[in-house]
Amino acid sequence: MSKVHPVRSHSVAAAGGINAAIAIDDDWTEHAYDTVKGSDFLGDQDAIEIMCSEAPGEAMHLEHIGVTFHRNEKGELDLRAFGGASKKRTAYVADITGQAILHVLYEQLMRHHLTVDRYEEWFATSLIVDDEGHCAGAVARDIRSGTMEIFNAKSVILANGGNGQCYKPTTNALICTGDGIAQAYRIGCPIMDMEMVQYHPTTLAENGFLITEGARGEGAHLLNSEGERFMEKYAPNKMELASRDIVSRAEQTEINEGRGVGADGQGIYLDITVVPKKRVLESLREIVNIGRDFAGTDITRDPIMIRPGQHYIMGGVKTDVDGQTPISGLYAAGEVACVSVHGGNRLGANSLLDTLIFGRRSGEHAAQRGREMAMPQAPTSRLREDEELIGTVLDRPREGRRISEIKEELGTTMNEYVAVYREEEGLIKAHEVVHRLKEEAAKAYVDDRGTVFNQDVLGALELGYMLDGAEMTIVSAIDRKESRGAQFRLDYPERLDEEWLKHINVTRAGDGEPGLSYSEVTITKWQPEVRKY
Amino acid sequence: MAEFTLRLRRYDPESGEAPYWEEHTIELEPHRSVLEGILQAKNRFDGSIGIRCSCRAAICGSCGVKINGQPDLACHTHLGRAKKRSRDGVIEVEPMGNMPVIKDLIVDMEAVHWKKIRRVTPWLIAKQPVPEREYIVPRESMVDVTQSMACIQCGACVSDCLSMEVDPEFIGPAALAKAYRFVGDPRDDQTFERLQDLAEDPHGIYDCTHCFQCISACPKGVAPMSQIMRLRRRAGNDFHIEDRNNGERHERAFVSLVKQYGLLNEAELLPRSYGGDSPLAKFKPSFAGEAANSLPVIAKGLLRRKVRPAAVLKPHKLARPDRDQIKRIYDEVEGREARAEFNIYISGKDEDR
Repeated sequence: MSKVHPVRSHSVAAAGGINAAIAIDDDWTEHAYDTVKGSDFLGDQDAIEIMCSEAPGEAMHLEHIGVTFHRNEKGELDLRAFGGASKKRTAYVADITGQAILHVLYEQLMRHHLTVDRYEEWFATSLIVDDEGHCAGAVARDIRSGTMEIFNAKSVILANGGNGQCYKPTTNALICTGDGIAQAYRIGCPIMDMEMVQYHPTTLAENGFLITEGARGEGAHLLNSEGERFMEKYAPNKMELASRDIVSRAEQTEINEGRGVGADGQGIYLDITVVPKKRVLESLREIVNIGRDFAGTDITRDPIMIRPGQHYIMGGVKTDVDGQTPISGLYAAGEVACVSVHGGNRLGANSLLDTLIFGRRSGEHAAQRGREMAMPQAPTSRLREDEELIGTVLDRPREGRRISEIKEELGTTMNEYVAVYREEEGLIKAHEVVHRLKEEAAKAYVDDRGTVFNQDVLGALELGYMLDGAEMTIVSAIDRKESRGAQFRLDYPERLDEEWLKHINVTRAGDGEPGLSYSEVTITKWQPEVRKY
Repeated sequence: MAEFTLRLRRYDPESGEAPYWEEHTIELEPHRSVLEGILQAKNRFDGSIGIRCSCRAAICGSCGVKINGQPDLACHTHLGRAKKRSRDGVIEVEPMGNMPVIKDLIVDMEAVHWKKIRRVTPWLIAKQPVPEREYIVPRESMVDVTQSMACIQCGACVSDCLSMEVDPEFIGPAALAKAYRFVGDPRDDQTFERLQDLAEDPHGIYDCTHCFQCISACPKGVAPMSQIMRLRRRAGNDFHIEDRNNGERHERAFVSLVKQYGLLNEAELLPRSYGGDSPLAKFKPSFAGEAANSLPVIAKGLLRRKVRPAAVLKPHKLARPDRDQIKRIYDEVEGREARAEFNIYISGKDEDR
């Protein structure tokens, strides 16, 4: 079930590739170590070992079902360099890897249409819990007809992505409103590592669109207003290919210290002209188009202006290595979930991998579980409640604020106070704003009173999910009084392993407010060490 | 900031009213997209405006619409440029063609586009045995199919397909481009079967009239018509599939007529398509039978003076030196070892490397 046609899902925008240690001179343990180090040691190492050891098999499976991975001269899978990786281990399809994988997986859905029913353009409004506390299905609305139904299920696997729309600007699509994170939260499921929000080092200064890390993987440079390759100062070994949190922070420091470029000094130059033109046209085609269409820049001739921008949330619904959440019957995989393999900072080209590995494991586990149990009876009260809620939204008088205004204020607030650099004062301010926006959202009205494709009323529900997600991020960021991965606290600039080598879990308390607890980080092989690139 | 007026085609299926135009004035910089303009109107004035959209960056394929009559992605068209191309300074946005409208700018992709995609067996039927590691295939073959892989299924080409307007059963540009993605893939085991299927289908590869609309409509450079022509070259030149629609023989007759006369000899085209690629074709018994089915076409051709009966006996042709030039083109193309296929993913020069 998907609220958009499946090929519109945001995995389509994953550009650069998918990591797998398939080269002869590579080993999955090196991939695992790079991932652990990238996570700033907050990632759970048992889960990381599973992901990295299963990666080569997954890449081969994708190849066998039709993904058109680029080849080297010998006809084998070609690999490109990516950030935070000690070897070239990113398999790719030009810079449309996510699109190629998503479309091939949809081909498989069409192929198996006799055994898999698809509900395309159905919007899940709530998860249902039965009397014993098991997740027993979901309530959903057919967007086209406006009818609502209960879906009884032995298991529910959330695969509905992150909540980048809490930020403005963001590289994320308009559909990335964190529906699954909030829905799981509302039935009492713990949500983990929500303070860890990734800023991508290269988003278009103009409008926040993603410029793939593949550009730097192919050799592009980052330059400040003095024409200097400033990464020398921050990561002398890996330079532009240090992990994303480090590159984004370096860029922000350059900008804050007055060495940004552009009219407002808020940009950095990404110089792709150093990459051979033939290679650019063959493997960075999408960036050529984006430069031309959205920034008026020919990237094969001129540097393009970029800046760090919200891109990914490492946190999400807490799961084990089989995708199971603490609520029985509820699974989660992909950006909506937090296993955690990304910890404080995700490596580029590890997100498609995380989604595929834990998506598969969730599916296999849920299928096995389904064979051993009877279909639970989902109580029907949730359907009535959701129908009433939508009715209430439709009936609201045309006073108060518009939903789009509230969303805009949320996005700019998060981007100002809960960004690359954070401090307590700003975080508390952001929390106050979100509190106020929640009250305003409860009174916000919609224009569309119809049933067919009423996107307006669904926007009101999405706003609710976003506000919940943003609040979880803020309270976790306030709580973590140290700097690790994507969380950099100006008031606590050091990483403090003794106190903070642990996950923050947010659970909805009885009064509806977020409650905090902690869980341990699983360490198997790699003890925390000073992180340098 | 500049002001732009959008004229949006609205349709509310629940109202019982006919579709109508509605204008909104929005404020944005000229290099912002038409989608951003529509979203501003939706956010500020009327939340009920229906349009599918998601990524805003021309990769998800949701926001296919017609802008000033031309299909494109709303997120992929600058406001400034759209205004310049408008009839009266107002940017006109309406739903795509060839598909039923559900609401406002939202069309029923499932009823047309996806149905056609499913027609072409849109998944890899992999060669057996499946290797333990990857299939070893030429580097160029994967770059070649990446062009059709780059299709985002937005429906812009379907919207303006002229053949589909005449024959709604035509498999169409998007689905045939998808078919090439498997035909061109050396890992696929059903290359011949796929080609035969698409050649024999009366709504298949020979139903395309070569009008170029899909090439200009495609926002991603997939060039669906070029993929259809690749399918024809594979079917005709490589597998010699003689289809019952007479597509392959028609094409062969076309090519040899131009080679012989320097230009097309319309009066000879049908006889040669049916009777075989020779000047004597029209006297063969098999011609009469097949040509009888084409009598309406022949009558129309005569009525509209596209074909003059006298030309059958005395064909028009170019002057000798011009015909020699044409022949040199043929020699050059036919003398090559491999067909050169244009591909957006291979447009850099070798010396740039």
